[in-house]
Amino acid sequence: MAGKPFSFAALLERPDIWRGGSLSRAGTPTVPSEFPRLDAELPGSGWPAGALTEILPAHEGIGELRLLGPALAALSNRGLWLAWIAPPHLPYAPALAVAGIDIGKIVIVRTPSAKETLWATEQALASNACGAVLAWPKSVKYADLRRLQIAAEGGRAPAFLFRSPEAAGESSPAPLRIALSTAAGGLEVRVLKRRGAPLARPILLPAMPPAVRGKNHHVDRYSTAATAARDFPPRLVHA
Amino acid sequence: MAVSAALALAPRLSVAPRDPAAETEALLGVAGWAAQFTPGVALEFPDCVLLEVSGSLKLFGGLEPLLELLRRGLKEMGWSTTLAVAPTPRAAFWLALAGKGEFIGSTAELEPALAALPVEIFCRNDETRAALEAIGVRTLGELRALPRDGVARRFGQGLLDELDRGLGRLPDPRIFFVPPARFRAAIELPAEVTQAEALLFAVRRLIVQLSGFLAARSSGVQRFVLRLGHRDRAATEITIGLVALSRDAEHFTLLLRERLSGLALAEPVREVILQADDLVPLSGRNLGLLIEQGKPPGRWESLVERLRARLGADAVRGIASRAEHRPERAGVVADLEAKQMQMDFGERPFWLLDRPRPLAEIDAVPHHDGRLELLVGPERIESGWWDDDEVARDYFVARTQNEALVWIYRERRGEGGWYLHGVFA
Repeated sequence: MAGKPFSFAALLERPDIWRGGSLSRAGTPTVPSEFPRLDAELPGSGWPAGALTEILPAHEGIGELRLLGPALAALSNRGLWLAWIAPPHLPYAPALAVAGIDIGKIVIVRTPSAKETLWATEQALASNACGAVLAWPKSVKYADLRRLQIAAEGGRAPAFLFRSPEAAGESSPAPLRIALSTAAGGLEVRVLKRRGAPLARPILLPAMPPAVRGKNHHVDRYSTAATAARDFPPRLVHA
Repeated sequence: MAVSAALALAPRLSVAPRDPAAETEALLGVAGWAAQFTPGVALEFPDCVLLEVSGSLKLFGGLEPLLELLRRGLKEMGWSTTLAVAPTPRAAFWLALAGKGEFIGSTAELEPALAALPVEIFCRNDETRAALEAIGVRTLGELRALPRDGVARRFGQGLLDELDRGLGRLPDPRIFFVPPARFRAAIELPAEVTQAEALLFAVRRLIVQLSGFLAARSSGVQRFVLRLGHRDRAATEITIGLVALSRDAEHFTLLLRERLSGLALAEPVREVILQADDLVPLSGRNLGLLIEQGKPPGRWESLVERLRARLGADAVRGIASRAEHRPERAGVVADLEAKQMQMDFGERPFWLLDRPRPLAEIDAVPHHDGRLELLVGPERIESGWWDDDEVARDYFVARTQNEALVWIYRERRGEGGWYLHGVFA
């Protein structure tokens, strides 16, 4: 049979052929997380656009927002809006600006109840008017998640849902689920679910604020002699 | 037919007096809405609107799509109508009046189509009509079969001229309708309505009219008012403010639905009035050359308005950084797209607590989920002596036993103590 020489490698490059053990590449667009080690393990090399990503931090304050910082910075600098729905605290503008996020593009939505949080999230996703949607739903059922996933589909916004670590045991229609904890002074990312083969080993990211990096042991004498605070030469701020 | 005779035939008939003023207003409303399809809109009082559509066919993709738009819009506004198309305005008017929804494309087809129409359609004069009937002329075709000079002698030239205009043999100039500079439309409800949500049906009719009116004027609105008229009380006013200009009926409906769903009516509603005063030019939408994949990007402003309509205007805000040393004033909730003033600070957390939370101090060490480990600091902030909101604090980045990072400070005034002020999320 005449024709082009057959190449097995070329066949495997076809996007519609999926091999167990490899990640799906075709299909959904993504927004890079800008953490190379994480991007390497995420299908499409980034946060999935038009889909739910569940983030389950073990505790508040371990780097759950720092993880999203680079992606949010890139989206906001492209002029896209970032909707923060029912955040637990005030997103602090000076810190977000330092992370490179255009804070003029951040909108916070305060909701009176968990039901309204889901409603607002669904609206934000269905409108397809945001660059990213971040939501902190207090309680969310499987049916709610499915509604949100359907609202997100076909859109351009990655949707990040922050949930409690206990939710890891529940089933969810979100195509990407990530549990966060700390290890060795860094952020340990466990991919609970992704499109493609499951990931057994956690990923360790150096997602620490710059000034804190390398300070794994307490270095400040304050902790033992806090009463003497006034005797130390502080970094003075005069206004 | 007399009312008594009608009631004898249909005892459950409800009789209402005719309201010519309301009829005129309705006709003007339809004309204002229809002006989006053509600049050539003329009125034939009391019940006909004439549209010169030959110039619009290409834009709307032909006659049938255009008629479909007209039909759907008129239905949405709650009118039952007869659409007729003819090469001359008068012929179209007659066909519509006769209740024949006929679409006649060429002058050649016009004559046979008109021939079947009864004479009372075009002959307004009762005396003439009686005379025509007396000589056995019942249709337009029969009238045209009579010798012209005889008809002119007997019934006057006017009747022939009317006929000639209908057939396109005489010019038939029209004064085009000019839509007013403001929009106001009202619907008197057939029965009093007590549920605000039930009003949406009537309101929707007005919205369709508003949207068409705005399209006709190539304008949009940023603000419009829905007034709910009661019997004894002053009208309930609902003002809808938009983030950006719009004339999208679906969007308006959504906003009003949210507002009406949360409204408790003090008294039943008898009348709904929609009013828009400030029209601002708004150009049309350009369609993309290529078919885009996925969902089309939505309008950001629409989302903000929808959220605000349900959650309140204060629920949707932006954030801003200010040239301030006091942390609670350096980063604040602000208007959307507020001006930003960035200063160079030390390490700042992504979350700031709404109010600093006092921390326990055990053995001179602050505790939060166990003992806190101070990592960075102190950063002393002393500011605000001029406005009675003075702060004097030493800030630290601290680590909890869970390895979370928090931003805490030691109060340097009064009784001192440790406070949690932020979280490095």
